[in-house]
This record gives sequence, structure tokens and C-alpha cells, in this order.
Amino acid sequence: MARYHLQTPFSEEAIRQLRVGDIVHFDGTLFGIRDLTQIYMFDQHHEPPVSLKGMPCIHTAPSLKKVDGKWVPICVGTTTSYRMDRFTPPLIENYGVRAIIGKGGLYEKSLEAMKKFGAVYLAIVGGAASLETQQIVEVEQVYWEHLHPEALYQFRVKDFGPLTVAMDSHGNNLYSEVKAKAMARLPEIYQKLGVA
Amino acid sequence: MGIFDYKIVEEAAKQLYIRALCDLPPDVREAIKRAAARETQPTAKEVFKAMLAAIDIADEKKTLICQDTGLPLYMLKIGSGFHWDGAEIKDRIYEGAKRATVEFPFRSSATDYLTRVNSQTSVGRGLPVLYVDFLKDADYLEMLMIPKGSGSENMSTLKMFVPADGINALKKFVLDSVIAAGANPCPPGIIGVGMGGTADLVMRLAKEAIARPVGQRNPDPAVAKMEQELEDAINATGSGPMGLGGDVSTLAVHIETAHTHITLNPVAVNTQCWPARRARARVYPDGRVEYGY
Ligand code: SF4
Repeated sequence: MARYHLQTPFSEEAIRQLRVGDIVHFDGTLFGIRDLTQIYMFDQHHEPPVSLKGMPCIHTAPSLKKVDGKWVPICVGTTTSYRMDRFTPPLIENYGVRAIIGKGGLYEKSLEAMKKFGAVYLAIVGGAASLETQQIVEVEQVYWEHLHPEALYQFRVKDFGPLTVAMDSHGNNLYSEVKAKAMARLPEIYQKLGVA
Repeated sequence: MGIFDYKIVEEAAKQLYIRALCDLPPDVREAIKRAAARETQPTAKEVFKAMLAAIDIADEKKTLICQDTGLPLYMLKIGSGFHWDGAEIKDRIYEGAKRATVEFPFRSSATDYLTRVNSQTSVGRGLPVLYVDFLKDADYLEMLMIPKGSGSENMSTLKMFVPADGINALKKFVLDSVIAAGANPCPPGIIGVGMGGTADLVMRLAKEAIARPVGQRNPDPAVAKMEQELEDAINATGSGPMGLGGDVSTLAVHIETAHTHITLNPVAVNTQCWPARRARARVYPDGRVEYGY
């Protein structure tokens, strides 16, 4: 397990050095996206009004409030990723996104895109929204405000993490590895439980 | 004693929702700390550190631990020593849950099942979920509040086995359900299990199981033994916190049981996430309210 402290935008080189099981923190820009954000982008064909090149995107529907015309975070947490799997390959290929942050992981096609174009899936600690919210320094922009709480959010973050590299750009998937190990142990576990 | 003012129940229902979301019970905190100390895998240790930090920050800032404020469930025990007005209690809990949501304010997740329009109040048709039970030799009203997030609720399972399948089918089903749920319910949480009863009762038993303080064993030694066996089995999978690999995959397995039909053999699993949120209040006829977990 190696530790990295990165800065956005991420270069391909910075991302390619990451391996599953590594721990990452980063500073800089973070984009918030959700189901509807991506349906709007990909199914309803709206170009994002800002460049996502080299950037990380997190699966979130933040609670924000507007104070004197400025958005401030109440609670920003992370949602389960698999629902947004089909949007991930185009996000990486067409817009140059280098990291997807979420919980639970994504499927094979996303992993392939990560390998081909140099991107990673970073697993956050789900349920720890209080920590996540504290690491958000500022809500810099909310694009497509009419979609809130599933708009496109631009956050500035500091020491964002810990994030575990769960899918890397070399075709490794930590979730599959963990599951395979569990499956290998299963016959023995069944035996011990007396249900074999 | 004067006439009881049901505003007190409304206020308690509101406070309970907020308390549950911001202040984890001491037994859950201790369980996470023990898990962190026991964990040997470096990435998993890092995950536990973040969980503990999240709990501390929520304490410090009096804010939500997790953004998913869930659907509200109130488990009531109505003391028999005082004439409580059940219909009034129901209305006040509805108002209290609503007020918690709009006054704190936090996100409402309550949505019309068909139009998918959010009520923006955490309540609606059929919500909050109310469990009603009664207490002999007590005059108070006990309210236990549990916010149920979707990551864990979505992983619920139920199966009607037949008597010929025996108890082993139930045990295997619990283990297989937990493995299938993987990282989605934010492990390591409490695995609530219901065994026996009817289709509806068995799931309610599983829900009552997650409401128990972490690791408090079922008083029946045979059931307690099964809890321990299942806990060991789940931890032996090595799935770990957030499904990223590790020694601790569950904080505890709790089983609740009921008699069933001669031809039934039902089992249900309901998981509670690592922030196993709950808050309790006792409301007395003289208007006093005691808060706890
Ligand atoms: S599964 Fe539980 S802890 Fe995880 S995000 Fe949902 S409500 Fe929060």
C-alpha cells in the first residue's frame, strides 16, 4: 500500500502510477455528478459548460444552501456508484475525466475505459459525510442549477480523502479480488457453519 | 396531574430524528473502535480511521454523520399505566418527523412511489413507519427512532423456506445475502435477522434485531450461539469495511425469532450500516422526557 497526495488536474502519469489498495488524498477541483446530471449530459445531449479534463468526479447529491447568493455546503456525501456505470466510459473517453469517486465500484466496461484512457476508481468511506463536508473548502460553481440536487457541482477541496484505489488503470479491480478470495474461502466457511 | 399535552410527543419525535442522525449510540462507537483496533489490513485500518473521524466531526459541528437521512421508523412501546391517546401519538410523530426535516433542515428522501415526487418532509403516505407494542407495569411512552438509509435497506432479503430445508438453509441464506450485498450497505454494520413468524413478521423481527445495542446477545442461548457462528462466518469472508478487504466485515449479527406455522420456515435479513443510527426517548405522563439511545 502506497500513499499519494495529488493535485488536480491529474496527469495521465500521476494516475497510471496508482495501484489497487493505494491510499490517495488530493487538493484542488472536484466535480459532483449524479444520475440525473449524466442523463442530462449523455441521453439529452447537453455539453458540460466547463472542462472536465484531468478532473475527478464524485457521485453525490449534495445538501447545499444559498447564503447571500452563494452556495454553501450543509452535508455532502457519496452515493452508490453502480447505477451510473453506463455513463462512465463516455465520461472518461469524451471528457478526459481521470478519477471517479464513489462507493461500491463499477463494472467491466468502466474498468476497460480506465485501462485504455488512464483513469481510476477511488472508493470513499461511505456514510462518512461529515468528514467529506469538512474537506470541501468552497462550492465554486453550480452548473445546470435547475437540476439541483443533481446538477453539476464544482467544489474546491483540501486533503480530500482517504480514498482507496479500488479500480486502477492496469485492469485491476479490488472488489473482484476481495470477492474472489471470499468465494475461494466459502466452502470452508460453509463447512464450519455446518451448512455445507 | 393535569391533562397531557401531546406537543411533547411531537417535540420528542423531532428531537429523536435529529439526535439519531447526529449522535451515534455509545455501543456503536465502541464497536467501531474495537473493530479498528482488531483490524490488521492497512487499507481497512485507514477506512476505520475515517469512520472515527466522521463521528468526531459530527459531534463537534453538531451535524449529520451521513447525508442519507433515510426513511423514519419509530418503534413505540405504550405503557399500560396511563391512558395514552394512540391516534394523537400517531399524528404528533408525523408532525415531529416533518418538523425535524424542514427546521434542521436536512434532505428529505420520502418520495411518491409512482410519480417519484419528493414530499420534502421525510413523511408521506404510510410514513413514518410505526411499530406499536405495549408495556405492562409502566406508565411511560417509549419511542425508539431509527432513520433507515437506502444503501442498506435496498439489500434486504426474505425467503420462505419449507420445514424440510431445516435451520441450516436459514443460516446459509443469511451468509449468502451478506456476501451478495457486498460493499453497498456500507459495511461493517449490524446484520439483523428474523427467523420464524409470517412473511411480514419475519421482516419486522429483522428490523427489531438491528435496533438492539451492538453485540447484545439474544437471551436464548441457542440463538445466541447462532449469532456468534454467523458473525464468525461473515468475518471469515475477508470482505472488510466498505468491501475493500479486511478482517471486520460485520459489527454484529442479531437474530430475533417467533413461532411460525407448521409448514413455514421463513427468514429475513435487514442490514444496518456502520453508522447504526438510533435514538430513544421516554415520555412520562407528567411531561418529562428522558433521552437516550
Ligand atoms: S448505506 Fe447507510 S451509511 Fe451508507 S450512505 Fe447509505 S445511509 Fe449512509
